[in-house]
Amino acid sequence: MSLLQVERLTRRFGGLIALDDVSFSVPSGSLSAVIGPNGAGKTTLFNLISGFIPPSEGCVRFDGHDFAGLKPHQVAARGLVRTFQLVRPFPAMSIAENVRVGTHLRTKGGVLAALLGQPAQERRVADRALQLLDRVGLASVADQAPSSLGYGQLRLLEIARALATQPKLLLLDEPAAGLNHVETDRLGLLLRALHADGLTILLIEHDMRLVMDLAEYVVVLDFGRKIAEGPADAVARDPAVLDAYLGGADA
Amino acid sequence: MPSNIIGWARLIAGVLGLSAVAYIAVTGNYLLTALGFAAIYVVFVAALNLFMGHAGQVSFGQNAFAAIGGYGSAILTANHGWPPMLAMLASALLAALVALVVGQATLRLRGHYLAMGTLALGLISYEIAVQWEQVTGGYMGISGIPPLSIGGFAAETDRQVFLVLALAAVLACWSVWRLRRSRFGRAMGAVAGSEEAAAALGVDVARTKVITFVAAAVYASVAGSLMAHAVGYISPEVFGLHMVVVGFTMLYVGGIGTTLGPLVGAFVIGMLPEVIRGFRDVQDLVYGVVLILILIRAPGGLAGAWRR
Ligand SMILES: Nc1ncnc2c1ncn2[C@@H]1O[C@H](COP(=O)(O)OP(=O)(O)OP(=O)(O)O)[C@@H](O)[C@H]1O
Ligand SMILES: [Mg+2]
Repeated sequence: MSLLQVERLTRRFGGLIALDDVSFSVPSGSLSAVIGPNGAGKTTLFNLISGFIPPSEGCVRFDGHDFAGLKPHQVAARGLVRTFQLVRPFPAMSIAENVRVGTHLRTKGGVLAALLGQPAQERRVADRALQLLDRVGLASVADQAPSSLGYGQLRLLEIARALATQPKLLLLDEPAAGLNHVETDRLGLLLRALHADGLTILLIEHDMRLVMDLAEYVVVLDFGRKIAEGPADAVARDPAVLDAYLGGADA
Repeated sequence: MPSNIIGWARLIAGVLGLSAVAYIAVTGNYLLTALGFAAIYVVFVAALNLFMGHAGQVSFGQNAFAAIGGYGSAILTANHGWPPMLAMLASALLAALVALVVGQATLRLRGHYLAMGTLALGLISYEIAVQWEQVTGGYMGISGIPPLSIGGFAAETDRQVFLVLALAAVLACWSVWRLRRSRFGRAMGAVAGSEEAAAALGVDVARTKVITFVAAAVYASVAGSLMAHAVGYISPEVFGLHMVVVGFTMLYVGGIGTTLGPLVGAFVIGMLPEVIRGFRDVQDLVYGVVLILILIRAPGGLAGAWRR
């Protein structure tokens, strides 16, 4: 059964068509990828799916519901959570507290509850954050500031933060960008483990090795259009894809 | 026991500061009035810290909410005979309501635009206080405001008043600290760090900002009410732009985004004029030089330097 359905999605910026009539679907429990040269419209696609910008045409259906008009936090509340191509840590908070923010949707309480105190919930939140940091390998630096982390570790922090929301679908925008080989391999292991746990993942990726290694299904964009989709190895042999990559700036 | 020189310096500074306050309070020294004033400003600056330090927003119009509290309390108690606590509560409710309405409109703005929007709020409240003479008394203000009282107990002597104000200051700092370390506080901090990332994690950014603005307005209103009762008299000048300038100075000198910053900043800036009074003619100059020195030597504020 498909968890996410993108139907004839189009987005124009003035005269530029950043995304042109793109449709595809993401089956529940799958690990899929969106690839394409620079400027192909990948991030725009994620921005549309996650409610950060409205589509010019087309629609997004998730878990049987139409997403039209939903704000980003409402999209997240329905179980679709994204990360950003440029990492966005909360710099004034410790690494652990960054992850604790991710439990927002799974906890309750406003100003009044804060003043009265919620020790049981706070203990649960702190435990959960530590578990997730442990999972991505950052538990030892939990109390430090995000500024003490390298780029690759900041990406892991973002993933831990997103996992704390307990999403149904995780959208990752170039999670391996800026990572060295060792870090990329570790990321691959983490994503595979999450996938094995039943999480549905859709990632944008430039690192073809990682995509071929991980993704079961691949959608290829070029100049805003979908030029191919299918199982990873079939897409890798597709002449249109080879052409886009060899002809594109990213070759 | 502190393990190094900086640790000892902190301990000594803290002990000295607390003993000075205790000495003044116990002996009923003339400085008690200035100390009480500083305590009121702690409440006001704690709210500024909530909105600006923790939620990362900016407001030049918090004096408007202090004015609502001050005038509300003055009018209801002096002219209509309400008990002070009830008047304070009613005024704070009104301030919250105004903040809710104004917040919906202005908090869409960011950075400089938000600053200008809130500045306008402060200026408008000043004009209303001046122009609406039948209610506010215009430039003359309102006098004959009774002292704070609850049940049979009224804070009448200087020492009693100071105790109440000190309690309010501690409560303000404690509650802001509590707010910051909660689910709501995390949402606030996330909004300050990155609105996009906060939203992506399910935080309702607009709502979080408005609630923080309303909460800050309630503190400012309470500070205004305390001011009215402590002095017994209010005029538009009390809640003018001056209040915002003083509040900002205290916040930055004390340390924006820190727990103790409002406390330290309000007492240092509140007491500084008393300490340098001996300089007479060059008093303002000394005041300015001290401020600049603090901001250069401790750019994160005194409480920030303390923590480091
Ligand atoms: N907010 C915007 N306003 C105007 N143009 C935009 C906007 N966002 C994206 N674009 C344009 O849309 C096109 C697609 O951009 P997008 O960021 O989606 O590409 P991408 O596939 O993510 O590229 P990259 O691999 O470099 O991240 C680009 O030409 C870009 O300049
Ligand atoms: Mg992109």
